[in-house]
Amino acid sequence: MPAPHRRIIRRLAGGMALLAGTGLLPACASPNPQSTLSPEGSHAAIIFDLYIPIFWAAVLVFVVVEAVLLYSVWRYRQRPGQEGELPAQVHGNTRLEIAWTVAPAIVVAIIAIMTFRTQAILASFPTDALNVRVIGHQWWWEFQYPDLGITTANELHVPVGRPVKLTLESADVIHSFWIPRLAGKTDTIPGLTNQLWFRADRPGIYRGQCAEFCGMQHALMGLRVIVNTQSDFDAWVRAQRQPATIPTTGAAARGAQLFLDRSDTAPKCWSCHTIAGTDAQGKVGPDLTHVGSRTTIVAGLLENTPENLAKWIHNPQAIKKGALMPNLGLSEQQAADLAAFLSSLR
Amino acid sequence: MQTQAHIPAHPAVPVQVDDPFRGLDVRKFGMWTFLGSECLIFGSLITTALLYRGKHDPGLGPHDVLNIPFTALLAFILLLSSLTMVLALAAIQRGDRRRLQLWLLATAGLGTCFLGGQAYEFSKIVHEGVTLSSSLFGASFFTLTGFHGTHVFIGVLWLLSCVARSLTGGFNERNYIGVEIAGLYWHFVDVVWVVIFTLVYLLAPTG
Amino acid sequence: MATTVITREAGVLRLPVRETGWLSWLTTVNHKRIGILYLTTSLIFFLVGGILALLIRLQLAVPNNTFLAPDVYNQVFTMHALIMIFLALMPAAVGFANFVVPIMIGAHDMAFPRLNALSYWVYLLGGILFEMSFLPLFGAPDAGWFAYAPLTQNQYSHSAGMNFYVIGLNVLGIASIAGAINFIVTILKLRAPGMSLTRMPLFAWMTLVVSFLIVFAFPSFTIATVLLFFDRYVGTNFFNPAGGGNPLLWQHLFWFFGHPEVYILILPAMGIVSEVLPTFARKPIFGYTFVAYSGVAIGFLGFTVWAHHMFATGLGPVANASFAATSMLIAVPTGVKIFNWIGTLWGGRLRMTTAMLFAIGFIAMFIIGGISGVSLASPPIDLQQTDTYYVVAHIHYVLFGGTVFGLMAGAYYWFPKITGRLMSERLGKWHFWTQFIGFNLTFFPMHYLGIEGMPRRIYTYAPGLGFDEWNLVASIGAFIMGAGVLLFIVNLLWSLRNGPPAGNDPWDGATLEWSVPSPPPEHNFEATPIVYSRRPYWDMKYPEVAHEHGVPAGAPFMLHESGHTLHLPGPTYYPFIVAVGIFLLAWGLVLQVAWPLIIAGLAVGAIGMLGWVQQMAAD
Repeated sequence: MPAPHRRIIRRLAGGMALLAGTGLLPACASPNPQSTLSPEGSHAAIIFDLYIPIFWAAVLVFVVVEAVLLYSVWRYRQRPGQEGELPAQVHGNTRLEIAWTVAPAIVVAIIAIMTFRTQAILASFPTDALNVRVIGHQWWWEFQYPDLGITTANELHVPVGRPVKLTLESADVIHSFWIPRLAGKTDTIPGLTNQLWFRADRPGIYRGQCAEFCGMQHALMGLRVIVNTQSDFDAWVRAQRQPATIPTTGAAARGAQLFLDRSDTAPKCWSCHTIAGTDAQGKVGPDLTHVGSRTTIVAGLLENTPENLAKWIHNPQAIKKGALMPNLGLSEQQAADLAAFLSSLR
Repeated sequence: MQTQAHIPAHPAVPVQVDDPFRGLDVRKFGMWTFLGSECLIFGSLITTALLYRGKHDPGLGPHDVLNIPFTALLAFILLLSSLTMVLALAAIQRGDRRRLQLWLLATAGLGTCFLGGQAYEFSKIVHEGVTLSSSLFGASFFTLTGFHGTHVFIGVLWLLSCVARSLTGGFNERNYIGVEIAGLYWHFVDVVWVVIFTLVYLLAPTG
Repeated sequence: MATTVITREAGVLRLPVRETGWLSWLTTVNHKRIGILYLTTSLIFFLVGGILALLIRLQLAVPNNTFLAPDVYNQVFTMHALIMIFLALMPAAVGFANFVVPIMIGAHDMAFPRLNALSYWVYLLGGILFEMSFLPLFGAPDAGWFAYAPLTQNQYSHSAGMNFYVIGLNVLGIASIAGAINFIVTILKLRAPGMSLTRMPLFAWMTLVVSFLIVFAFPSFTIATVLLFFDRYVGTNFFNPAGGGNPLLWQHLFWFFGHPEVYILILPAMGIVSEVLPTFARKPIFGYTFVAYSGVAIGFLGFTVWAHHMFATGLGPVANASFAATSMLIAVPTGVKIFNWIGTLWGGRLRMTTAMLFAIGFIAMFIIGGISGVSLASPPIDLQQTDTYYVVAHIHYVLFGGTVFGLMAGAYYWFPKITGRLMSERLGKWHFWTQFIGFNLTFFPMHYLGIEGMPRRIYTYAPGLGFDEWNLVASIGAFIMGAGVLLFIVNLLWSLRNGPPAGNDPWDGATLEWSVPSPPPEHNFEATPIVYSRRPYWDMKYPEVAHEHGVPAGAPFMLHESGHTLHLPGPTYYPFIVAVGIFLLAWGLVLQVAWPLIIAGLAVGAIGMLGWVQQMAAD
């Protein structure tokens, strides 16, 4: 082989190795918020424990088979002067072929057995779980705690160390509930109920996303799971069970009035949203009773600040085109007032 | 259409012509393959119908609206039409063009009776309140039987075109492959009906 | 000497039929011309699908990008998949099969030449119908190629896009099923004397298996789309949970088709590789029987794995375990092929032509695609990996690294036979390396992106999740891939004009297509070849090889029949007319039942069928 070609090939090989190096990431824990390689919940951890050995087996097979392929290409290239020659006309080797049929079958059988064992573990739901009802909507998440009388949206609070059992439903199309660091995904299918469980091992905030294409804004259907210590969780529960306190002064009061206004020219927020303790009992959009206490708004898209709230209320279609919340023709002042009101609902 | 070459005997040629379908004409073979895909068509429709047969309005389920004796008569008519089809083929294999046309017309006629009977039964069922959009049972029932009826209708047209072709001397005792292929299609449509009748009508769950 | 009689009836319309000039392409029923039509049309659609891919990568190059609005993006990624699968990859394989398989098996044409033409015209017109959905008036399908219910119901998918999906894919399905029937009958009935199935070239074997897959898998999809059609047009609730329907019924019907479909996509490329490797290694395929039968096994098993696409839908542990088992089982015949191909290279004298580079590239890339498939077959692991970019990586390694590389190998291998000229090897090598590097840059990082939590089918992603850098790399890689494809086009066009003459056998091939001139004469063979082994042309060229194969000394290689007449249908307008009828009918249905178009379509189709039937009677 001429020298320049050899240099190019060496450089290429280096580049490919670097690229391939990304494949070895599972060897190290990842800092990325949605990584499946840094499980912090039992469900994700059980899956991780199954994946890692299979991953390394895959790496081994990859290296060996590609090496044999590359070796055979290098070793048996037609060298100059060999043009007329015919190599030995080997038709096959039955014993060898049987061997390399049986060997992968055994490998695959082992993987299957390991899989079935893991499946059995995942299928046994823990008792004494916290029950949560998840309802997927286009393009936000509704969470209900039936035993605690709490309804919220897009942020799920769970206590550390306690199993959580989720029943998964959908109000419209198929979505998929996924918080990679805590559990594998399971679809929410309209007309059916699915179940998922996990147990979070460490306090923290975990990001998730809808993982089944569900229409225009599938990409912006995020969620947060906030794992609290037991005492923090209890405090959260107590606060969530309170009805909303309607402000009586300032911009927030103006916003409250606008929100609950029943006249024809009002934006009629009450027709889509619920605020417990008022006559706003709409079920189309997220429950806003304690929206001020959430860390994010718009299904995990924006930080929950009065400015962001105002921006969203003023022009939701500019932020999330196609969202079921229409542009209501509000002035910036009105939007700011509403934002002040909602921010006060902790 | 290509014909197969005939290999002359040669002492040094141990030629094996691997033709497990020896003698099966390419066009018949094509029809068999097509019928294979049709099996899957009807299989998918029947599966859907079985899945949804319990999804009906109260009092408007298969047991309530389906007239089994009448439909059994229709099934018998269709089976009879398969018999006349066989007789038609036997006739032209003997070179009897007259009888071919007669039996083909009889088959088409029986097929038309079947379609008429289906139309009548459908109108009764619709009258009772089960339609394509009234319930899932209605939807899957009418889709399945509608597909089948369409196949019968196309078959009737095909048979009539065979009659027309025969009138202009298109078939004789050496050339009757067109009749055979039409027959294959017709028998298939009949068999599908037997399956539908058994699964959807006879084996419908009670209550 | 065989006499060939070509029927040249003008039929009921009494239109003159041309034999030369561009109008002759409209009436051709010759498998080689139809093959060329398929290949050129599929290449154009491939470019369209590729441009859509570049648009996707532009949008995803940086987080929070606003290059494509979400509704546009959703149409783009849906159409990218639909175009690539149904309008580019499948037809390209059919194009090669059309041109090469009849010659390979020693036949003069396909069993049903007019049906063959119909398949092409229906494909072309169906493809045009599909592409026209992009017009702003309509809106392209935008619910993904898998179109899960109930997102596809009217209330969630208002635009005409899903109408195009339902009607357009059924039109294309007609073309595919007709083509499949044609190949099955041709391969099983029209092989030359002495060519038993176990002496048949592996590309013909794979075409046969693929054709059976099409015949048995497409009907499930046909019914799924028909039921969706009723939901959208008539108000049934087959897939509408609000009316009692079960959305999972769609998924079962779809994937019962969808999984065999991916084997339909890969097996032809495997067949091509099984032809190219032995030719340029100068020794036979290692383990012909295993390779042939593993293809059959993959075909069968392909029908038993479909619900591995549904592990996250809550089917229950028993169902999940069963489908996991079958999905892992199918890895075995697939793996066997890889080892057999390596065995073919081992001990050979490898000539590294561009075709050979692509064939070896296929193996290297398919190994990766296959390995990533194994983890997806395990339901617990799948719960983390499904619906992420890990799957996007997997599918592109097998569909691009696999199928496209295989088809490229076929292009370089058979271009000389089709055109009589060789493609430029220099441009070819540039093409290969550019495409190889670009491809790996684009798709290898996607394994990582998926594992790090990037879902699929999202038009944008937030910064700070760890997705930014490798998305940019992937986007750059995509453009390098695009450059590679451009090089291919340049090579094609240049070689058509300036390629050196190829002669009938530029590669010292062993199969029958190399025994005829390049390009082959109208009916391929002057006389029917007689076959004694799996390498009939080597038997003809090399007496020592023939002796090794046990061919008796002095045995004839050609059948000289006297008084034997070969009847082949002549050029005819009727397949095209019937296709136009179907096209009009389809438009009528797409436009929410426009009766004038439907009636026009039925009428035109009926005229075409009438003329066709009259021609058949005159044969």
